[in-house]
Amino acid sequence: MKNFFKLITFFTLISSLIFSNVNAAGEKQELLKVDWSFKSFFGKFDRASLQRGYQVYSEVCASCHSLKHLSYRNLAEKGGPEFTELEAKAIASNFEVTDGPNSDGEMFERPAKLSDKFVMPYANVQEAIAANGGAYPPDMSVLVKARGGGANYIYSVLMGYEDPPAGMELDDGVYYNKYMYGNKIKMASPLDDDIVEYADGTKATVDQMAKDVTTFLQWTAEPHLETRHKMGFRVIIYLTVLTILVYFSMKKIWSRIETKV
Amino acid sequence: MSDHEYTPKSKVGKWFNDRLPLLTLANHLTDYPTPKNLNYWWTFGGILTFCLITQIITGIILGMHYVAHADLAFQSVEHIMRDVNYGWLIRYVHANGASMFFLAVYIHIFRSLYYGSYKSPREVIWIIGMLIYFLMMATAFMGYVLPWGQMSFWGATVITNLFSAIPLVGDSITTWLWGGYSVDNPTLTRFFSLHYLFPFLILGLVVLHIWALHVPGNNNPIGIDIKKPSKDTVPFHPYIVIKDLFALLIFLIIFAFFVFFSPNILGHADNYIEANPLVTPAHIVPEWYLLPFYAILRSVPDKLLGVIAMFAAIFVLVILPWLDTSKVRSTVFRPIYKQFYWFLVADVLILGYVGAMPAEGLYLLIARVATAYYFAHFLIILPFLGMKEKTTPLPLSITEPVLGGSADMAMAKNNSDYKEKL
Repeated sequence: MKNFFKLITFFTLISSLIFSNVNAAGEKQELLKVDWSFKSFFGKFDRASLQRGYQVYSEVCASCHSLKHLSYRNLAEKGGPEFTELEAKAIASNFEVTDGPNSDGEMFERPAKLSDKFVMPYANVQEAIAANGGAYPPDMSVLVKARGGGANYIYSVLMGYEDPPAGMELDDGVYYNKYMYGNKIKMASPLDDDIVEYADGTKATVDQMAKDVTTFLQWTAEPHLETRHKMGFRVIIYLTVLTILVYFSMKKIWSRIETKV
Repeated sequence: MSDHEYTPKSKVGKWFNDRLPLLTLANHLTDYPTPKNLNYWWTFGGILTFCLITQIITGIILGMHYVAHADLAFQSVEHIMRDVNYGWLIRYVHANGASMFFLAVYIHIFRSLYYGSYKSPREVIWIIGMLIYFLMMATAFMGYVLPWGQMSFWGATVITNLFSAIPLVGDSITTWLWGGYSVDNPTLTRFFSLHYLFPFLILGLVVLHIWALHVPGNNNPIGIDIKKPSKDTVPFHPYIVIKDLFALLIFLIIFAFFVFFSPNILGHADNYIEANPLVTPAHIVPEWYLLPFYAILRSVPDKLLGVIAMFAAIFVLVILPWLDTSKVRSTVFRPIYKQFYWFLVADVLILGYVGAMPAEGLYLLIARVATAYYFAHFLIILPFLGMKEKTTPLPLSITEPVLGGSADMAMAKNNSDYKEKL
């Protein structure tokens, strides 16, 4: 048993080393911290926040940022914003997609269906770059996972627009952001109070919108997060009970000989 | 292999066993006499077998859905994460499984270093083990390339570029490895092919590793030769099986925490950005388990010498049985080596840490000192220490106490003679 504790100590040491490594490699600027509902062992998404977040995405971000790995059907799936199927269909039908070829061998336009991928704002990367002053607005499907700091980082950047410090010259179309790597960002501050009108009556402050859209992006990056947390909890309970049973079986078996285990 | 002849009880069993002695093998594995004083550090062999099987099974399933093409790989991984039933689970188990595999293999290797398991008559087990470790690193590196994210692409670029340091033929070799003039689609497809092949080579080597182990039998915490079977041993089943199972379950709980609650903590965020040959990430870092070697590589100013140093760092491990001149296996009876052992552990952890940091200023200096110490440990300290060190008396057997102490670890430490020497 003494060895067993040594083992646990060793694991703790190793993992703390790994964690400190990760932190040490992070950004210098301390990120804003939010107490997200999806963190922690039982973390779940705030359904209303996800729906509001989708609204912010579609009315503000979607003009430049794609969500190319998502399909419209995802909006109605369990563990996500959980729009009704009708609502999701209505959302999809606002977009036009090219389909075909039809029996005449021609491509044709039709309204998007649930099975279609999210329509992208630009035809290709080059067009996106050309339309945005030389900077590519990154695809947002896995953006939260693609940035050190995750959701806190996205939220911080949205909240981090400030006047540049004295003496800092910024080119046209370049903005100062406290949390952005290198502090320069080519995206103008996207959020302003009441830029969207929430259907549920929530006041659309910059802070509220930033939280909602970050929650939404956390879901687009990890659509199965709720299932994962739920299953993880069960797996660990199961393993713990099994470990205890095996421990006593082991004690019993080893009691036949005069050696400790 | 077995010390006694085995005859199956049933007629069918006997008929079959006479033609293919699988039942004899099974009987050997069940009865295999194992030292009864093995501690929990010995459970990692079983844990590693589990890891390999898990990686192979999850890998085969991932391979059904993954598309090895530069334009489609990233998208197919997202397809696995989103649309394949429990695809997220399978991929997170596979990705974190690689880290857990290396965590276990490092514990396994350092256990061997502590208890002198690489020494005669177990040199061949050790060398096969090192081959497995080397193949594991190659497999893990190629696996990390497959999602075709930024770290995949640039990690592959950095590592394959190492071969260009070879004089005269370096550039040709690199072009040959890439299948072109840069890391591109041909590189990805061949990495996928090899990433699928290597685990089966590892599996074959694992069989040899275990076979070679079953010839002399297990080493043990006391490091003395024991008679088999005897009072010092227990049959593998059920004693070791249940103990390994218990340790495996503890390991699985830790594994599950990573998979379900921080599946991306061990990876790099940049690998969720699609590979882009035109944008270089600010810091290119390999996965954590390769960091010590990465630190050694970068600590040498010359590219070719850096590559040589990195491979030499693995090679000194291969020849370790002949570098360590001490006849005493277990560190328990080697008071001076014990201190150097922990220095080495600290040294490797430091190398891992500086490997993650930018190679400049103080970090670079620390990396150089740590690299020098790493080689000094194996090439200078071990050969001389073996000749000079005064070891404490060894017990005669695990069960029979000697000089007022017994082979039981706790009791051996209480041995007054042993305490004086410390």
